[in-house]
Amino acid sequence: MSENPERRGMHDMGGDPDHRWSGPVPRAEHVLAPWEKEVDAIRTLLGRKGLQTADELRLGIEKLSGEDYARLSYYERWTRSVVHTMELKGIIAPGAFAAKVAALKGQR
Amino acid sequence: MPHDGHDHDHGHDHDHAPPPDDPSFSSDQAIAARALRLLLEEAGILAPGEVARQIDRMDGIQPSMGAAVVARAWADPAFHDRLIATPVAACSELGVDLQGTHLHVVENTASVHNVIVCTLCSCYPKMLLGIPPDWYKSYEYRSRAVIEPRAVLAEFGVAVPEEIEVRVHDSTADLRYLVLPARPAGTEGWSEEKLAAIVTRDAMIGTAIPSA
Amino acid sequence: MGARFRPGDRVRVVAARPAISVGRAHIRTPHYVRGQDGMVAEVMGPFRNPEGLATGGDGLPMQVLYRVRFPQAQLWQGYEGPAKDTLEVEIYEHWLEPIHAA
Repeated sequence: MSENPERRGMHDMGGDPDHRWSGPVPRAEHVLAPWEKEVDAIRTLLGRKGLQTADELRLGIEKLSGEDYARLSYYERWTRSVVHTMELKGIIAPGAFAAKVAALKGQR
Repeated sequence: MPHDGHDHDHGHDHDHAPPPDDPSFSSDQAIAARALRLLLEEAGILAPGEVARQIDRMDGIQPSMGAAVVARAWADPAFHDRLIATPVAACSELGVDLQGTHLHVVENTASVHNVIVCTLCSCYPKMLLGIPPDWYKSYEYRSRAVIEPRAVLAEFGVAVPEEIEVRVHDSTADLRYLVLPARPAGTEGWSEEKLAAIVTRDAMIGTAIPSA
Repeated sequence: MGARFRPGDRVRVVAARPAISVGRAHIRTPHYVRGQDGMVAEVMGPFRNPEGLATGGDGLPMQVLYRVRFPQAQLWQGYEGPAKDTLEVEIYEHWLEPIHAA
């Protein structure tokens, strides 16, 4: 992807330059769902094994479209980024993730 | 993947199936997470059960660990100095393994109130305090905590007097921050256990102030 | 490795990407401090460069990481707080340049 040096990524939101997140800080908290803990654990283990640095995780999230960045939940963004990194490294073959998701949905 | 698509082979793919009343089990998000784990297990990257064990380890990391560190620093001046100077070694004295985290301790005093944010993502001392709260990861907190910290603190019920400097730390890089709150008046003679009980997670981020 | 700056030094965050960062997609210097003058609060030692780590590289050469302090009233027009309020950001050495006394 081409990178415009002047372009500020959506993740770079300190100071609310887009005047988009100016409302009160939402204070509701939730206990992580099992799948959220699963993603957190997968990511931690990949980091520990040297297969995805924290910066690779972050870059994978920063590459999301602005729409996805705003729409997806925290661990959905992580899932996207981990899959992206694993595909870049050839650990997950192109199309394999979508096929696995489809297979699991078939069992649902 | 010979078993994919076999409706009757349900147990095969989930070695630690959550309870059947987990409302998220069949959600798209949960299926994506499961698909990712299974692919990594099939690739030999993750061993079966490894993820479940890591979930258990993470479940064991709670803000009470940080609270114990803070209480020790309040009770023991020599430990306090070690915590400021060499935080990782000081935490290990309490059996806390920070697993490579570069912890940096910032102390609230009569002249400075510290508050932590990560504007670029959600950097947080997970190995000491556990998973960060939802609000810490919210776009509102990340956007506003740097430009109007006093207004954000007021939303949390923290009014910092004008004569006290508010110092915001944007956790952008390799450090992870622990706010060492000031020990409140009226806690003289308290045990470490009693002190730890008033140290909340938010107090260690800087969005709360402990009180006796 | 030696640190170019010491605590108390006045530094400027470069506004544009320095040469080392050209083409790098992942930057840990927030936009709101770029081009801003600050003071080195503490030298945190060498760390691998995230701009390389983000793209599968080894992050070498290491970059010295600093905690740089800025007056809030300088960062934000119309800042609603006392002049003593400050903000600190972690910044890698290749994003900093010295400010020479006028």
